Amino acid sequence: MEVEFDTLLSEFEGRQDEIIPILHKAQGVYRHISADSMAKIAQFTHVPESQVYGVATFYSQFHLEPQGSQHIMVCRGSVCRMQGGNRYLEKLEAHLGIKAGETTPDGRYSLEVVECLGLCDQAPSALVNGVPVRIDLDVHPQSWLEGPVEIPLGTLGGEPRWLTGRCGAIDPTDLQDFHNKDGFVGFRKTLEQSPAEVIAEIERSGLSGRGGAAFPTGLKWRYTAGAPANPKYIICNADESEPGTFKDRVLIEGDPFSIIEGMLIAGYAIGAPQGYIYIRGEYPRPTTILQQAIEAAYAAGYLGQDILGRGFDFDLEIRSGAGAYICGEETALFESIEGQRGMPRSKPPFPTTNGLFDKPTMINNVETLCTAAWIMAHGAEAYRSVGTENSPGTKLFCLSGDVQNPGVYETPFGIPMQDLLALAGGQRGEIQAILLGGAAGAFAKPDQLDLPMSFEGLKQAGLPLGSGVVLVINTEKDLREILLSLALFFAHESCGKCFPCRLGTRYQLQIIQKVLAGDSTPGDIDKLKEIGNTMMKASFCGLGQTAASAILSALKLWPEVFIGIPEREGVSA
Amino acid sequence: MRKPVYFTIDGQEICAEKGMNILDAAQDNDIYIPHLCHHPDLKPVGACRLCGVEIDGGRMVMSCMTPVQDGIQVITDSPTIHQSRTAIMEMLVATHHMDCLACKAATDCELLKTASYLGLDVERLADLRPALPLRPVDRSNPFFNFDPNKCIVCGICVRTCDEIVGLGALGYIERGYHTVIGTFDDKPFVDSICESCGECVSRCPVGALAPKRPEVVAREVETTCVYCGVGCGIYLGVKGDQIVSVRADRERPTNEGSLCVKGRYGFNFINHRDRLTKPLIKKNGQFVEAEWDEALEMVASKFTESKGDQFAALASAKCTNEDNYLIQKFTRAVMGTNNVDHCARL
Repeated sequence: MEVEFDTLLSEFEGRQDEIIPILHKAQGVYRHISADSMAKIAQFTHVPESQVYGVATFYSQFHLEPQGSQHIMVCRGSVCRMQGGNRYLEKLEAHLGIKAGETTPDGRYSLEVVECLGLCDQAPSALVNGVPVRIDLDVHPQSWLEGPVEIPLGTLGGEPRWLTGRCGAIDPTDLQDFHNKDGFVGFRKTLEQSPAEVIAEIERSGLSGRGGAAFPTGLKWRYTAGAPANPKYIICNADESEPGTFKDRVLIEGDPFSIIEGMLIAGYAIGAPQGYIYIRGEYPRPTTILQQAIEAAYAAGYLGQDILGRGFDFDLEIRSGAGAYICGEETALFESIEGQRGMPRSKPPFPTTNGLFDKPTMINNVETLCTAAWIMAHGAEAYRSVGTENSPGTKLFCLSGDVQNPGVYETPFGIPMQDLLALAGGQRGEIQAILLGGAAGAFAKPDQLDLPMSFEGLKQAGLPLGSGVVLVINTEKDLREILLSLALFFAHESCGKCFPCRLGTRYQLQIIQKVLAGDSTPGDIDKLKEIGNTMMKASFCGLGQTAASAILSALKLWPEVFIGIPEREGVSA
Repeated sequence: MRKPVYFTIDGQEICAEKGMNILDAAQDNDIYIPHLCHHPDLKPVGACRLCGVEIDGGRMVMSCMTPVQDGIQVITDSPTIHQSRTAIMEMLVATHHMDCLACKAATDCELLKTASYLGLDVERLADLRPALPLRPVDRSNPFFNFDPNKCIVCGICVRTCDEIVGLGALGYIERGYHTVIGTFDDKPFVDSICESCGECVSRCPVGALAPKRPEVVAREVETTCVYCGVGCGIYLGVKGDQIVSVRADRERPTNEGSLCVKGRYGFNFINHRDRLTKPLIKKNGQFVEAEWDEALEMVASKFTESKGDQFAALASAKCTNEDNYLIQKFTRAVMGTNNVDHCARL
């Protein structure tokens, strides 16, 4: 090997929470992680070898076998599958003469299937050596591989553009550009107030978490600030990983300083000297952009010691995931940062008192933090001037699937669904179903297009708003394929800790495969319901509790889809 | 005892220590709540989701994760709970290699106990069972086997090796449905850092980690392990006139249910044909069997000839503290020398 392993380790200190960064580094250098490397990492970080091995095998982006010099990750998430991504995968396999998960004998290419790359607005998509590309179904694999074209930031729209105004309008890593567009105004105003006043302002705004759970943000900040232990940590959860969700990617790529600003505000309010941004491993380009922005912020004195001469210290570090949706669950995310397998912890105790490294931790989604920065710049009153009483402000919606212009659309809460679709140029074809809230969400019917897109408006109709996913499926699509993609997603992403989810996601997939083959019996469907309900009631964490929600909602709305339809050509698991 | 907490389980009044969880309190009172991932020696993890009970008039909580509270009314079974347990167990049993008759867990299987408690329907299970090839059994360890086809991934073995033994020989590999238990780099046990203490084997709720020679015994005899001065409490399992198994005594404060490889598996010497059962005295260059009186007399006379600093005693760590005390006393008072030493000092 060109690089001695000890040299590679020299930039680390030997802490347990460095295990995943070291594994990333080792894989980057050697294109795989060998048993020898793992043994050395274990010795270096003072943990049993079995623990490092457990971590390396948990995350799907860590490979124990050498990968090709060109590593191709093809997305088979719901939207990419709808747009023909898995058919192209078969073409690629045939062209390269390898199956997904394998490397060509000459070591040139390796192929990997990913459950979702978060590029649903650019579907069907792939990452070629970390470069996000759109798959052109009509182009021969060879010419596609030779000249992959990097995709742009993506379509943005809506009104008012409070959070996304700078996206696409500035050079994302140019601090001056950010300044010129009111950057750090919210942070400067924050520094003029006491932490308690800042928290009160966020509480007045009525901001709720944008990761999907909609927990009141101000309350979370107050709880963390009030926890007795120190130090406190703040974490930005940039691990959006659910099919149909890509808004955080657009914010990170388009306006990374805004996230840094949100974290500075939160850090100041809570009294946390250290922040982490946990970003999913499938986001190499956003990670690079964010890293550049953090370096620029350090250079300009916005991060580090005595920020802006006001005696406030704040350090910020990026931690990359490695292919595990479960790490979006806050306690699994803590485990991941601490160098463990991403398996959730039991709550209580809650993160606000016992979070990362068992210290009080405030964890917020990317969009939540950007919104906090906007609120501090413009005030809670201004924020409440749009939206509804119970869902004030604006929201980023991820429109994908069968709409004319898939992308991120920012609008006030409460916009009727059809107006939202109109922003994206309207639907393509006739609408069959709309998946709201993402893979863990539920289906809406085409006659529900007048529903207001607010937490309470959708809740009345028994639908979730979640993280703002609006995935449109037209009548040309086989709904069973969407269900299969969801079942595959959860079977792949279950961490395996609790029995109902570990087994339920697998049997759910087994039955959906039968549905797709046209072999399902009424008994199978009863079992599907029973397994789904058990996962919902008995699973350890939110992943298992929602792993059946979309499928159960489809079963309620379209029971006929689940029984006895013969297999269509070209459909495969 | 810590502060007592009074509450009811299925209407029965229970008194437990504050801080205890509902499941342990139930077990202490001989009330069975199905569970597969909990062991009283380990921190609760709430993984199997079978120990769900209803409190506060219908809210389902995992009894292993929920501390006892004054006045709560715990219900251990209801149609909702039963349905949830049955669905989980059906899926679990459908992936489990069911060869109960040949299984080394024998009558000790928690999976079988839970299945019997719930009354699982075999017909329904047949439908679910995926056609998967059996994985090879790891027979590399001299004392126990690991059969991954029977493993339910409860994690008790992993946590035992981590929390009790402090070794970390075992871990989880892969994730989700593909999660398996194994050693570093998925090596056979014998090539791993495993010290064969068998702590995981003794806690495995099914037949995945099972001794090579499991025995259902006729009776057990309480005694103290002879291997070292720690004095672990053990129960020797007896069949006919043979000792066939060793089980750790959970009540003995010395070891609280733990044993090392020697204490747990090293009992073959008891019935070994090479074992000395009579003293040997060397006569004309040959060892010949002698009676105890003759042997002791010979030692006494040689000791008498060797009093003073020409004598030294080296004691063994296999002896108890009391034995070691006596040796130094004997050496000083009877043999008249301070030449006393002990192997553990080295």
